Amino acid sequence: MKNIRVLVAKPGLDGHDRGAKVISRALRDAGMEVIYTGLRQTPEQIVETALQEDVDVVALSLLSGAHTHLFPRVVELLRNKGLGGILVIGGGVIPEADIPALKAVGVAEIFTPGASTAAVAEFIRNNVRQE
Amino acid sequence: MANENELAKLEQSLATWQKKVEQSLAKFPERGAFAANRLYTPLDTAGKDYAADIGLPGEYPFTRGIQPTMYRARLWTMRQYAGFASAEESNRRYKYLLSQGQTGLSVAFDLPTQIGYDSDHPLAQGEVGKVGVAVDSLADMEALFDGIPVDKVSTSMTINAPAAVLLAMYIAVGEKQGVAPARLSGTIQNDILKEYIARGTYIFPPTPSMRLITDTFAYCSQHIPKWNVISVGAYHIREAGSTAVQEVAFAFANAIAYIEAARAAGLKIDDFAPSISWIFTAHLDLFEEVAKFRAARRLWARIMKERFGAHDPKSQMLRFHVHTAGSVLTAQQPDNNTVRITWQALAAILGGTQSLATCARDEAIGLPTEASARMALRTQQLLAHESGAADTVDPLAGSYYVESLTDGIERQAREYIAKIDALGGAPAAIEKGYIQREMAESAYRYQRAIETGVRTVVGVNKFAAAEPQAADFLQVDPTVGEHQSARLAVLRAKRDNIKVAAALDALRREAAGDANLMPCLVDTVKTYATLGEICGVLREAFGEYKAEADI
Repeated sequence: MKNIRVLVAKPGLDGHDRGAKVISRALRDAGMEVIYTGLRQTPEQIVETALQEDVDVVALSLLSGAHTHLFPRVVELLRNKGLGGILVIGGGVIPEADIPALKAVGVAEIFTPGASTAAVAEFIRNNVRQE
Repeated sequence: MANENELAKLEQSLATWQKKVEQSLAKFPERGAFAANRLYTPLDTAGKDYAADIGLPGEYPFTRGIQPTMYRARLWTMRQYAGFASAEESNRRYKYLLSQGQTGLSVAFDLPTQIGYDSDHPLAQGEVGKVGVAVDSLADMEALFDGIPVDKVSTSMTINAPAAVLLAMYIAVGEKQGVAPARLSGTIQNDILKEYIARGTYIFPPTPSMRLITDTFAYCSQHIPKWNVISVGAYHIREAGSTAVQEVAFAFANAIAYIEAARAAGLKIDDFAPSISWIFTAHLDLFEEVAKFRAARRLWARIMKERFGAHDPKSQMLRFHVHTAGSVLTAQQPDNNTVRITWQALAAILGGTQSLATCARDEAIGLPTEASARMALRTQQLLAHESGAADTVDPLAGSYYVESLTDGIERQAREYIAKIDALGGAPAAIEKGYIQREMAESAYRYQRAIETGVRTVVGVNKFAAAEPQAADFLQVDPTVGEHQSARLAVLRAKRDNIKVAAALDALRREAAGDANLMPCLVDTVKTYATLGEICGVLREAFGEYKAEADI
């Protein structure tokens, strides 16, 4: 089986990338192939990169509060491109009250401050769909 | 300061004591590996020259504080960071905080404002009013300070890439209130280098960004003498994962670059250095943080005197604001955060801060509610009036441990600065990715320490408990973006668009030359040209910065 490929992405204008960088490195250390988009990506750019890089997972990191707008948009665009099989997860400062709605539109899991990188890696392994 | 005889005796008694320790360890092994030594004694501070290294408060090298009486005369400024949604809503929060005893304002802008986009820009979708207040034009700035006399309150604005534009708007608000620029007091963050390495709200490449900063230095030294033209961000460097030493060293390296740019532009050190201020974090390790503030004060005084030949004591003084570290707060058991914030704030006070912002307990979940914002302010007031921590100057001086930590932080920060100098200074070190790599390495190490249990986070990797998250966090009205866009449409229809176009044309010409841009920016904002229009002109003239995604 090929390595799991993960796109770690920073949607929107948020410049806090400590978490994105830490998770990128942790997933790499856990044997996954990780591509990091860098800051200020539009949902369109993220989906284009996911397609180009043929990834299995899109991990969105956002601390600005724009997750209710940007996360569903990424999921929607992935589906429109026929990439609905990609596992989408999110992390950041995200209130519990927002999580059910994000899951309802297809974000598989949300990791909030305090989540361990090991838990993220394990979730990916257990839920990724690879051809 | 024991004499040699006493030190020799102490060494002997320590050797005897060490045997007792061995016996004790056999029975009671220590809980784990610690960064600090078991015990500090006069041996750790031997060889210190009290007058040269510690001295008296208000005197060079300012180790013990920048004022002779510190908080006995005047407490630090209690300046909570606030702003969300619309100018009107933030204005209400400011008035509330002032009514509760806050003594200065600190404006949080939303991300589109920080990156120079109007609220109706496609990239602003979902972001308007979220992490701060949306300011699209002078009209919003007027609403933000409506009923708040800008000659009575000092205002700090967390704004970097477009800092010159927001400062121009504040000057214009002052004029409308009948307050001359010379009577304004406050701070613009205006520290672009740390945006490239830690905070991410850059717009332009480094060279034109440095020009904007130098322009504000020159303009303020002439017209707004009480204004702090920069608040060098050590805070953000630490929050992005650095160690305490890196926090000091990387921020100092950035400040050295600004000073060198200002001197290259012909400014004299003692004309602008007194208006340099700082923002540091207060992290979790109480004693290390106190030592960090003391070491930073001493090292900065020495750099200013020895490296830049600053004579004015005001140029040598490290004047700083502290914001307690938000990154260590947990979404789990948020009440624990109130306790964390209390000792972080205590560290800032024992370290001699000039101004303090305490986080709210719910910041790992969302924006603070009015109740949690009040609790955060009360934490400062309790420490100020009930704890006794503010009643004597630099109370931890002379602690063998704290003095030894202070020396260590100064020494290691110096070593880092020398490395950065060898790389060609902060801008070159940033371009090479050196500082970013060092920070990412520290951030990863910190996370590993938590996940391997070396570092305990109460309520997270120890003493965890299943509990539902509090539901009373602040929700920004989701329609704020639409409202802000509608206001922009009205503004664009109502204002004199011929004047606006002429002002933007003038700005375009000025930006292509090398005159100071501040006077032109003040004229331009007064036509109600929007922030997005102004930054659009500057984007065309200066280009945009693209960061590399290096992991």
